[in-house]
Amino acid sequence: MLAKELKKIAVYAIFLAILLVPMLGFPTPQFQPNRPLIVLGILVGLLVLNLVVKFVRKDKEGAAAGPGLVELVSRRLGRYPKWLTLGGLVLLAALFPLAANNYMIDVGITCLIYVCLGMGLNIVVGLCGLLDLGFIAFYAVGAYTYSLLNLTFGLNFWACLPIGIALGMTVGCIIGYPTLKMRGDYLAIVTMGFGEIIRIVLNNWTELTSGPNGLFGQAPPPGINVSLGGDDGFGIALGQLTTLPSMYYLILFLAIITIVGVSRLNDSRIGRAWIAIREDETAAELSGVPTTWIKLLAYALGAAFASVAGGFFAAKLSYTNPNFFLFMESCIVLCIVVLGGVGSIPGIIVAAIVLIAVPEVFRELENYRMLAFGAIMTIMMIIKPEGLIPAARRRRELHEAELSAQEED
Amino acid sequence: MAEPILEMRDVHTYYGNIHALKGISCTVAQGDIVCLIGANGAGKSTTLMTIFAQPRARKGQIFFKGEPIHKLTTEQIAARGVAQSPEGRQIFPRMTVMENLEMGAYMRNDKEGILKDLDYVFDLFPVLKDRRNQTGGTLSGGEQQMLAIARAMMSKPDLLLLDEPSLGLAPKLVERIFETIIAINKEGTTIFLVEQNAHIALTNSHTGYVMETGQIVLEDQAQKLLTNEEVRKAYLGED
Amino acid sequence: MDNTAFILQQCINAIFLGSIYALIALGYTMVYGIIELINFAHGELFTAGAFIGVIVLTALQSAGFVESHFVLSLIITFGLAMAYVAVLGVSVEHVAYKPLRNSSRLSALLSALGMSIFLSNGMMLAQGVSDRAYPDVFGISGLEFLGARITYGQIFILLLAFALMVALQLFVQKTKLGKAMRATAQNKPMSRMLGINVDRTIRTTFIIGPGLGAAAGVMVGLQYGAVRFDMGFIFMIKAFAAAILGGIGSIPGAMLGGLIIGGVEVMWAAFLPSAWKDVTTFTILILVLYFKPSGLLGTNVSEAKV
Repeated sequence: MLAKELKKIAVYAIFLAILLVPMLGFPTPQFQPNRPLIVLGILVGLLVLNLVVKFVRKDKEGAAAGPGLVELVSRRLGRYPKWLTLGGLVLLAALFPLAANNYMIDVGITCLIYVCLGMGLNIVVGLCGLLDLGFIAFYAVGAYTYSLLNLTFGLNFWACLPIGIALGMTVGCIIGYPTLKMRGDYLAIVTMGFGEIIRIVLNNWTELTSGPNGLFGQAPPPGINVSLGGDDGFGIALGQLTTLPSMYYLILFLAIITIVGVSRLNDSRIGRAWIAIREDETAAELSGVPTTWIKLLAYALGAAFASVAGGFFAAKLSYTNPNFFLFMESCIVLCIVVLGGVGSIPGIIVAAIVLIAVPEVFRELENYRMLAFGAIMTIMMIIKPEGLIPAARRRRELHEAELSAQEED
Repeated sequence: MAEPILEMRDVHTYYGNIHALKGISCTVAQGDIVCLIGANGAGKSTTLMTIFAQPRARKGQIFFKGEPIHKLTTEQIAARGVAQSPEGRQIFPRMTVMENLEMGAYMRNDKEGILKDLDYVFDLFPVLKDRRNQTGGTLSGGEQQMLAIARAMMSKPDLLLLDEPSLGLAPKLVERIFETIIAINKEGTTIFLVEQNAHIALTNSHTGYVMETGQIVLEDQAQKLLTNEEVRKAYLGED
Repeated sequence: MDNTAFILQQCINAIFLGSIYALIALGYTMVYGIIELINFAHGELFTAGAFIGVIVLTALQSAGFVESHFVLSLIITFGLAMAYVAVLGVSVEHVAYKPLRNSSRLSALLSALGMSIFLSNGMMLAQGVSDRAYPDVFGISGLEFLGARITYGQIFILLLAFALMVALQLFVQKTKLGKAMRATAQNKPMSRMLGINVDRTIRTTFIIGPGLGAAAGVMVGLQYGAVRFDMGFIFMIKAFAAAILGGIGSIPGAMLGGLIIGGVEVMWAAFLPSAWKDVTTFTILILVLYFKPSGLLGTNVSEAKV
């Protein structure tokens, strides 16, 4: 059994090594044979470690093989009740700026933006099972809505928010409508196409968006301005949010609303309808779920959350341009949802922190970030498709599928 | 009784958590026609598919020509000399009749032998010869049935598994098919067939098995089963 | 240049671009046909082919080999690129797709996407973010008729693309392995019961599809003079649109789709604001999927399984 598994990993490693050959950089001056070797070492090392843990633990479980490393990590993370995980995270997040410098707060803000995006995409991919590869388009809609309304009409952030949400939902429905008939992979390509169309429009409709130059000068949102030292000293005042901590608290507030909203939706009638569609669309339709509307609603709500995040993003930077909304951004958000656990709220929060903050901490690894994201996506699908902190429902389904798949093999 | 070519010992098969075969044991003697009858959902087709490891038996053993095959892959089992005309015929719809037959002979490399067998199956089913360049999807149900049997024959199997050869065919055609099955058997191919049409199956077989809800409940010479009181009541529609 | 010449020139360009799209689309359509998965990494395999091409051709040129053995050096370039990318394709299949053959479609799709991101960033690390220039081996000499021109390089590329497509069609229609591939695509369990090694036919698909993609990569490099690590993305969408338009799973469909997409793109760029030309491709893609998901030459079989 162990020998067989090891042989499997060895064969796997050979193919993996071939995949890493393009990284050699041959024959350019950057020829660096150690780079792919390191990546290969890490990946194979993970597989072997996973296996070793499996066999070390096997006696305890009394089964043929125990849980692997990934499984163990996941169990540890999943051990705490959901409210405890969430409550702990919120408390930590609220206290975080007190202990952090500006750079760390900035990273925190980015993390929270991705939490919002991940939550939105979670509705579409995780709950409804529709693979959306153009999700970042809704983020762009939010950013540009706020920028244009603020710059042209001087509307403030809070006034723009409902307009942004409405526009995001509208675009979501426009994109969602033609894809309703499609399933699975076709949908992925079409949403990817839509995402690119929106970016091309932003790039080329120069009269409105000033094209690749972008828009700048957006006013920061008004609200409770918090300063925690530095030049501004300590203080809380009403007015425009000029300090980083106050921006941080604003996005934290938005993220909490998003999280609460999504988890309420998850437990609602609509949430169950989404899951029914994900499991078996035909069966859902036959049991009276109005699949067309429910699917459109998934797109619209997902888009609404992304649009809010987009509005905040533009307000925080006072700048936006089409190149913030590349396909790769959609992939990052997707990776967060996948790593955390499709349909799992705490999972997505943890994954957003891991995937966004960790690369920031190890700046020298910046170039390897997307490489790692790609590898994580594939590896997670192979060893633990339900993600690190799987939603309870999802976990059951996938393992049942696995069982029957083994039968067929 | 001749040597068994196929022997199943206490075979259990599951679909997910559904226990489909609950300990099947049966033997198929070399050179015989053996039939397996039973109601819809009794597990007849599952028995045939389990021989091909689709799905694989979770428990029990299957021997073919005295060697265990329950751990082999489907391809390896086919290579040992088993062929099947499966449930639903499974014709390749976008390949011509000719190509379907060529796929039947996929494992063979003797060109002359293949051509000879092609003539042989065209003799058995002349209609296939007329339709040789038509795609499988355009054939009628009866023609597809013939093609499925012919395709299985093309691998020159020692054991031919037939799943409901009479299904959906006109009575006249059913007789034709069974005549052909007997002809194939006379050429030396052992046949294990599954039928709902118990009467015609038993009339044309040497041995019969009766299946109910995943288990074999009766086994005997086919002639004796035809006169068996229970079988007559349950499967032959007589009082 | 008068009007007829201009239009004729655009037609040449359209056929040229269309053939390249068709070659890439074949990779998608074959893989989709056999395992019903969009091989997202195909665009990256195409780019890898282009990079091998530039590396080999530069080396040959600096050794003076291109001057002395022009045709041979082209053969070496295309051969190496195709062979290498075929190995790469098989590896992608083994690493990312094979373990997921019994999993849900979403898992397989995400794994494919992961592979695409992984390869694209691996190439970026190795080859940098800027364009790499292709050696200009063909020059600008060519044929001229009715005011339009076609360079010898373009003629060579067109002939090669055509030859590859004919060879593929012959392989799939006439050889035993090719037929086994079609059988596998249509019914895997039955194919296995006939003794067809399904894993091997799938592997073959991952040799041929990426191999053709690599040839297209070298062609793009030769024609447009440069390669970049992320050029696969836009070609991927175009080629995928071509595969869908022609009917996914259909080899002649991919060829036809490629020509149409190439034609529309070139004509749009010639007569309408070219910045929007990519939007037309996406629009065609969406319209086809909405109104006729089986495509022009496709069967409904694959759609039923989607």
